[in-house]
Amino acid sequence: MKKFINHPDAVVREALIGLSAAHPDLRVDLDGPYAARADAPRAGKVALVSGGGSGHEPMHAGFVGLGMLDAACPGEVFTSPVPDQIVAASRAVDGGAGVVHIVKNYTGDVMNFQLAADLLGDGGIEVQTVLVNDDVAVEDSTWTAGRRGTGATMLVEKIAGALAETGAGAAAVAAMGTRVNEASGSFAVALTACTTPAAGRPGFELPEDEMEVGVGIHGEPGRRREQLLPARDIAAMSLEAIMAAKPVASGEDVIVLMNGLGGTPLIELYLLYGEVAGMLEAAGVRIARNLVGDYVTSLDMAGMSLTVCRADAEMLRLWDAPVRTPALRWGV
Amino acid sequence: MDASQARAWLYAVADSIAGQADHLTQLDAAIGDSDHGVNMNRGFTAVRAALDGAPADGVRGVFTLAGSTLVSRVGGASGPLFGSALRALGKALPEQGDADTAALAAGLRAGLEAVCKLGGAVPGDKTIVDAYAPAVDAFEQAARAHSGDRDGGLAAAARAAADAAQQGMRDTIPLQARRGRASYLGERSVGHQDPGATSTWLIFQALADTVTTRRP
Ligand SMILES: Nc1ncnc2c1ncn2[C@@H]1O[C@H](COP(=O)(O)OP(=O)(O)OP(=O)(O)O)[C@@H](O)[C@H]1O
Ligand SMILES: [Mg+2]
Repeated sequence: MKKFINHPDAVVREALIGLSAAHPDLRVDLDGPYAARADAPRAGKVALVSGGGSGHEPMHAGFVGLGMLDAACPGEVFTSPVPDQIVAASRAVDGGAGVVHIVKNYTGDVMNFQLAADLLGDGGIEVQTVLVNDDVAVEDSTWTAGRRGTGATMLVEKIAGALAETGAGAAAVAAMGTRVNEASGSFAVALTACTTPAAGRPGFELPEDEMEVGVGIHGEPGRRREQLLPARDIAAMSLEAIMAAKPVASGEDVIVLMNGLGGTPLIELYLLYGEVAGMLEAAGVRIARNLVGDYVTSLDMAGMSLTVCRADAEMLRLWDAPVRTPALRWGV
Repeated sequence: MDASQARAWLYAVADSIAGQADHLTQLDAAIGDSDHGVNMNRGFTAVRAALDGAPADGVRGVFTLAGSTLVSRVGGASGPLFGSALRALGKALPEQGDADTAALAAGLRAGLEAVCKLGGAVPGDKTIVDAYAPAVDAFEQAARAHSGDRDGGLAAAARAAADAAQQGMRDTIPLQARRGRASYLGERSVGHQDPGATSTWLIFQALADTVTTRRP
């Protein structure tokens, strides 16, 4: 598999060098490594810190900036960051009002952020954690690792980030993040596997006429393999799975994220979005806000994820609040 | 076990993991995210460098250094899990000097408890625990049975642990994963050997090889 890289081991670092060169309003620490707002720490503002494996760009570093994250910790490709890195980033952006960690529900991320929160707590920095687990393809159970954190992560980061910008306290910011997570459901379908720089070849083979249903964002196979269907049926299947787990009533508002996994042309995402919009309209649900594009990716995987968040007026107001980050900017 | 044996064990693990990295990653490609071999190799390469750079004396220092290095360098699930295991092993050993076989058995048990506490897995979840738990049981039993051996039963215990870990690793194949990334596959995780259990076997295998080779 061909890639624009110099050496597989250097991909994350060299991409951070490029991110730093492209975005002077980020402060990129290559030794952490982490990316922080250049104007952090901001006294009295709750600091939002997220992170996770690399390969999901623009998440998370692309969401660092005014109105969203204060810092992001990129791990190796698809591997959660280490505690030292999370501690360094949290310390760098702590403005004395507390730190909120936004953590996707994966064993590795949960453990590394937990170890970091313990170390920060020992050093006198209180950490609140928002766990994101929106992927409805997986059963919610306390006896397993539970649901994965996927597309809703960026909604949580946007909305909680906007609340933090207003000067709200750490508990309120974390509670808002949790509320957005609980209101959200996601479902993903892939047409190809992806190729990590280290592996150099796709994680699995998928015949021309088949798709992986219920995939996550790490190039892993999904819950099941099925015959490829027209986009309309894939949109319907995804929306039904979300509505079954996170029902939305007629008359309610939602935010819809039609997200590409990295290897899907925008024209196909718009086509899918049109299908979803029609179905929601028929159900009497109003799409109050939407995003169509690559926001939470899985390297070069051809695939899509649909996220639906049942949004109240406060969430919508915070969604509309100004944001200035590499990947999301409006109102400024 | 003395500090030089402890170091030799960890160097042997680093060699073994480096040789098996691709295989471990392949196992992870089937039911995970294709990074286990890469993670473990990054970790034990860092452990090797840390040991090279620090004349940690005493078995306790060797294992706590190795464990802390894994926690701070690997990330993922395996970094905190194997790192905490080695740290707990170190902390269970005497402050100074060597560890006898009984102390090592207690340390390995403490390491297992650390893994279970941190990751919440129980036997049968298709994880590290499925190789580690039987290995500790076997180590303890053989250590007691062979306590009269000239080496205090270390070689016999290590061999029994490696065999039990290998069996535990093989026994993960028919299991449906309930923890870690493989759990997302549901029934599709059945029929594949768990990568973390495989690394666990390599670690115990390296221990057996280290303590049974005659020392120079
Ligand atoms: N809760 C757990 N308890 C014990 N072992 C676990 C647990 N979760 C996962 N594992 C082990 O970790 C192995 C996977 O390790 P790996 O290095 O691939 O990390 P990962 O899960 O991919 O982490 P990340 O998601 O951050 O990349 C599994 O094969 C399994 O043995
Ligand atoms: Mg993995």
